[in-house]
Amino acid sequence: MTRDPGDLSQPSRRHFLATTATLAGGLVIACFVPFGRQRLFAQEGAPPAPPAMDPNAFVRIGNDNTITILIKHSEMGQGVGTSLPMVVAEELDCDWSKVRMENAPNAQVYANNAFGIQGTGGSTSTLESFDQMRQAGAMARAMLVDAAAQRWKVAAGDCRTEDGFVICGAHKASYGELADAASKLKPPAKVTLKDPKNWKLIGKPTRRIDSLAKVTGTAGFGMDVQHPGLLTGVIARAPVFGGKVKSFNATKARAVPGVVDVVQVPSGIAVLARHFWAARKGRDALEIEWDLGAGTSLSTVAMRADYRERAKAPGAVAKQAGDVDAVLKAADKRVDAEYELPFLAHAPMEPLNCTAEVNKDGCEIWTGTQFQGVDQGVVAQILGIKPEQVKINTQFLGGGFGRRANPHSDFIAEAVHAAKAANKPVKIVWTREDDIHGGYYRPMWLSRFSAALGADGKPSAWSHTIVGQSISAGTPFAAFSVKDGIDSASVEGAADSPYLAAIPAHRVDLHTPETPIPTLWWRSVGHSHTGFVMESFVDELAHAAKTDPLAYHRKLLPADSRNLRALELAAKEFGWGKPLPKGHAAGLAAHASFGSHVAQIAEVSVENGKIRVHRVVCAIDCGPVVNPLTIEAQMQSAIAFGLSAALHSEITFKDGKVEQSNFNDYVVLRIDEMPKVEVHIVNSTEKMGGVGEPGLPPIAPAVANAVFALTGKRLRKLPLTLA
Amino acid sequence: MKLDINGREHEVDAPDDMPLLWVLRDVVGLTGTKFGCGVALCGACTVHVDGEPIRSCVTPASALQRKRITTIESLGTDGSHPVQRAWIEHDVVQCGYCQSGQIMSAVALLKVTPKPTDADIDQAMAGNICRCGTYQRIRSAVHRAAELSEEKHHDA
Repeated sequence: MTRDPGDLSQPSRRHFLATTATLAGGLVIACFVPFGRQRLFAQEGAPPAPPAMDPNAFVRIGNDNTITILIKHSEMGQGVGTSLPMVVAEELDCDWSKVRMENAPNAQVYANNAFGIQGTGGSTSTLESFDQMRQAGAMARAMLVDAAAQRWKVAAGDCRTEDGFVICGAHKASYGELADAASKLKPPAKVTLKDPKNWKLIGKPTRRIDSLAKVTGTAGFGMDVQHPGLLTGVIARAPVFGGKVKSFNATKARAVPGVVDVVQVPSGIAVLARHFWAARKGRDALEIEWDLGAGTSLSTVAMRADYRERAKAPGAVAKQAGDVDAVLKAADKRVDAEYELPFLAHAPMEPLNCTAEVNKDGCEIWTGTQFQGVDQGVVAQILGIKPEQVKINTQFLGGGFGRRANPHSDFIAEAVHAAKAANKPVKIVWTREDDIHGGYYRPMWLSRFSAALGADGKPSAWSHTIVGQSISAGTPFAAFSVKDGIDSASVEGAADSPYLAAIPAHRVDLHTPETPIPTLWWRSVGHSHTGFVMESFVDELAHAAKTDPLAYHRKLLPADSRNLRALELAAKEFGWGKPLPKGHAAGLAAHASFGSHVAQIAEVSVENGKIRVHRVVCAIDCGPVVNPLTIEAQMQSAIAFGLSAALHSEITFKDGKVEQSNFNDYVVLRIDEMPKVEVHIVNSTEKMGGVGEPGLPPIAPAVANAVFALTGKRLRKLPLTLA
Repeated sequence: MKLDINGREHEVDAPDDMPLLWVLRDVVGLTGTKFGCGVALCGACTVHVDGEPIRSCVTPASALQRKRITTIESLGTDGSHPVQRAWIEHDVVQCGYCQSGQIMSAVALLKVTPKPTDADIDQAMAGNICRCGTYQRIRSAVHRAAELSEEKHHDA
């Protein structure tokens, strides 16, 4: 095992070993803060009670004064590897330059308090663990103080802490000196947390801890795992969803130099070789006869027609008030519109991969996953072992965006199947083509709206019919997110929209077609479609009411609306209404998701028929701020990710096959299309929200609304095209 | 085949058609250079051959004998190269997977164009995809790296 799964932020192995040696006698703190928050995700029976004191911990203090914070959330770019240590370090009063991050192992003590199991998603990482991390830091600090007080025979209350030292009068000892003694003390039952006004670190722009590893090429991603004798495998999967292997001949594949074994797994035929290149060539040489099943009839053209047909009648009702049909029928002014959004792949830069080793103790996994709590159960089931026998070494994730949180643990399960079949440790690697063809897409969506406008220009009736697949249907998650035929993730941002309260007659309903195409949460989940359709349609209503879109938002949203507060800030910073360069126009959108409220204003032009986004002003109200640098980065990131979808990306089907294969035809944003993004944070004391996803929903409608302002063309289909 | 990688000669046993990327990663064990697309579309595998940026995922290693191959590992592990320093200062990285390739492209750009404009940067870096969308900070960090390189030049 050449790469230790431990200290991933530290590039030098020699350095790591030195640190480990000093840590052996250090202080280990574990704590669990039970939360009243409703557990979102299914668990069979009650989750096991977390141990009161566990060798797996949140804080380790080395005798050399290094502070290692164990990160229970997967670092996939969103910055938890820095923000969570900031929260711990704030209460610990330590020297920030001595703080490192380390990925936590899989254990119930590291459960996401919002999920009940270990996992990263839903923009929950910081908000669900904020108090818990503060507690961990405060407990460690209290134990260090107690150790010092005992050593100096003074009262703990007379000691203070500063930058990694306990001080009392003339006495002064570093945390490293006290770590051994502190580790022998019992953690305090209760600690007092700092008054937020005394925070030195929380709320301050703080650079990432993992930068050095990531600019030197030494950060350990799943793809980089290398063990002596480890085989690399690529899998030939069915060319259409639902297809199965009828028969195969591996003679030619086995003849490729470097190929070691060929094994059948549930998802296809795995070619295992000494290196990736041989495995890929071996796969090319496989002869497979597929039973394609019904999947060959899939076509995007036919699906769109089917969705349109379904939308002609209301589906299962998600939200309803008044007699919508009667008001619409009697309306003097009525606006109708239909919007379409395609399937989307996540396409993280690091193609999916997983290393699995089945051994006498159970199974060991090395991968970048967002879903340790699910994965260990899936792996245990495959091997007929206990979940506790599955050890997951979480690596840095080369992007997640939801793809690495799979209820079926697809890319992990097939590595375990291959390792089991070959009876050898195996790293399964997906090619980019495998990734684009491999499914678990953001669902395709269609929305049909009808609204009646009153004399005041405000909607008096609102009908919204949504058509699209349920993400969690057929998974354990359905028990929590699907109720009365409504997957809450399909209608989030629409059925709970702040606009509805003031519209006397409204109905939001849903059709949930079933297709063989596997779907998954994709950055901002349901909001990735509702943000676009809601803010596009409100813009349509504003123009129908001959009202400026900003003024129209003021008219529709309550005065204390956080969306409106964000929008007002964005409008002020953008200079809404002021003249723009010739050939430019602006559009705006405001949308709330994952507890945060984001408004964006996009300035666009059209060059040679192509939409060009020059500038985006973004304002976010996410409640209390941990790291402004992270919030800015996540807004820029979500805008770039959302612009890929707004301008370029789509997955389409013909004769059952995905028509795209790589970045040539699954087009994503490149640097030459990146607008200048300005991020402004609303000074807010509201409840803490997430920041990984909420920046995405407003960008597509802001751009589409700007294009309308510029050209008079209303683009109701993503990706936006003027042709 | 014999390969000069980061100033060291390596005797490598690999098939003639094996791309440099996989020779570096799976044979030599240098995993800083990344696999992203396999067909020269994303830039994650960017390395230099005789100082020029190339896509190692489509370049057979056998064609590079007697040439100088430099990878992200050649910049060192302490982050002191001006481009690395700028990347850290401007807090560029997110997931970090594409950044070896981004940095190798930026180093190559600055060698040819020591004071690039935004347009120069966009043109030179358009072959490097970042799904986290770190592009804006990449732009500012390349400008900063240009300053740092100039300072270093003056100090020398």
